[in-house]
Amino acid sequence: MRSLAVFMAVMVLAAASPARADGQARLMAETCTVCHSPEIHSPLPSLAGRPAGDILRVLLAFRDGSRPASIMDRIARGYSREELGAIAGELGRKGAP
Amino acid sequence: MILSLTRRALLGGGAALLAAPCLSAGAKAASVVIVGGGFGGATAARSLRRAIPDLRIILVEPHHLHVTCPGSNAVVGGLGPLSRLEHGYDQLRSRFGVEVVRDSVAAIEGDARRVRLLGGGWIAYDRLIVSPGIDLLWNEIEGYDEAAAAVMPHAWKAGGQTALLRRRLEAVEDGGVVVIAVPGNPFRCPPGPYERAGLIAWHLSRTRRGCKVLILDAKDSFSKQALFQEGWAALYGDMVEWVSGAGNGRVVRVNAAEGWVETDFDRFTPALANIIPPQSAGRVAVAAGLADAGGFCPVDPATFESRRMPGIHVIGDACMAGEMPKSASSANNQAKIAAAAVAASLAGRDFATAKAINVCYSLLAPDYAVSVAGVYEVAGGRRAGVAGAGGISPLGADPHVHKAEAEYAAGWYAGICADAWGA
Ligand SMILES: Cc1cc2nc3c(=O)[nH]c(=O)nc-3n(C[C@H](O)[C@H](O)[C@H](O)COP(=O)(O)OP(=O)(O)OC[C@H]3O[C@@H](n4cnc5c(N)ncnc54)[C@H](O)[C@@H]3O)c2cc1C
Repeated sequence: MRSLAVFMAVMVLAAASPARADGQARLMAETCTVCHSPEIHSPLPSLAGRPAGDILRVLLAFRDGSRPASIMDRIARGYSREELGAIAGELGRKGAP
Repeated sequence: MILSLTRRALLGGGAALLAAPCLSAGAKAASVVIVGGGFGGATAARSLRRAIPDLRIILVEPHHLHVTCPGSNAVVGGLGPLSRLEHGYDQLRSRFGVEVVRDSVAAIEGDARRVRLLGGGWIAYDRLIVSPGIDLLWNEIEGYDEAAAAVMPHAWKAGGQTALLRRRLEAVEDGGVVVIAVPGNPFRCPPGPYERAGLIAWHLSRTRRGCKVLILDAKDSFSKQALFQEGWAALYGDMVEWVSGAGNGRVVRVNAAEGWVETDFDRFTPALANIIPPQSAGRVAVAAGLADAGGFCPVDPATFESRRMPGIHVIGDACMAGEMPKSASSANNQAKIAAAAVAASLAGRDFATAKAINVCYSLLAPDYAVSVAGVYEVAGGRRAGVAGAGGISPLGADPHVHKAEAEYAAGWYAGICADAWGA
């Protein structure tokens, strides 16, 4: 049920984002790759190749505190569900911006 | 293939650039000049390349390697060599087609849209991105000038000063006191002095007896204060002592020859004094008229375009970004936003800005770190923290939490450097 809602959110956002919001999503997603770098091996997981729905599900769990976190809960709370959906869509689409 | 053959041939020979220092904007492709190849400037160069494949991107930087400040407190504490912090510009040149000019910008002429190089000649631009970091304000603390810094290092720009502070620390003997003088806000890296205190204590606690680290602060509170104080007590007992501004901690005078440091009421003659003086935006930005009376550069928080000179974006430590701290993490995100704004304006497109993040880890010991994070939106004409988001690591956490944060700190460093200079 929940994962279906997440999937729908990603699909709606991916389909309906105007170009303006698209650039905005990319800009927000580009901040993720500082820590989750696609270029290096790191103790922090790379997001490359992960489906958008998976990324969004984890982000929402960080946001509502249901998933234990060190720093991602503090960050995810700064974004709306729609923004997290757009970020996940961007990361999932490209693997990495 | 992002460069034409002729352009590539030009770039292949760095000497060609030096022999012809008068670069002018090409008739076709637009030019963006970037001042400074640190975290802000290098990241901006890469972001611009991602946005516009045929843009002419010229980055002016006097050093052939950038030595990062992040990681430099660990070098002071003896956790690794300085060479680990060095990043070159080869990948910006070869992978991302950035023309890296090894020179300093001596002057910015906003009206003529060109910069003058210290080595002679001008470079014209369509948009300018300025990221020169900070400069130290000599003699704000009476007696603290460049000559004094050779005896009482600041180590607030990494490189020779970092190596000097390390050498001087190694010479501290049993029972020695190390003073760290910390300025008022705003300054580069708000948690940096306190990270340094812990790593100096780490070194001294392992190699000496009866030493002390005394932080003389101009302020009454500091970044991640509760976490630092909890960690210092757990790791070093009462070895690290902090004196607030209200407790007469502000250093007003030093005498490098005699080795003393004075607040309004007390004089200290420590084994080693690390003086972190007040700061301004990099001199080139101040001289160009980009800074206000406070010494830093007011910008539009959505685009980081200067409030004083159109067509010029100021990012990183040099700009006033509201509640965003002066950090490499902030500089990275500001660079991406400014680059996107520049790309949009060159293409005549509308630009919608985005929220920005700061993440900052501080080490208290090799396997003990704490963090602060914030998400910043444009609100009320400035960058303000999003309510309910951000904050510091939990207090009273298990050791494994701090150990994990030390590992994340290493991952953050590797990632943000790859993001700027290439992996
Ligand atoms: C001890 C210490 C520890 C720190 N630790 C962290 C940390 O853990 N995490 C974090 O996020 N931040 C940290 N910081 C802060 C971080 O170093 C700065 O915020 C960051 O470097 C700012 O980037 P910048 O591009 O503004 O300046 P810089 O990175 O300093 O780059 C400025 C560049 O501009 C060049 N330049 C200057 N003037 C000119 C000119 N006229 N012409 C051409 N080039 C010029 C300089 O040579 C330099 O390469 C730390 C700082 C210190 C001092």
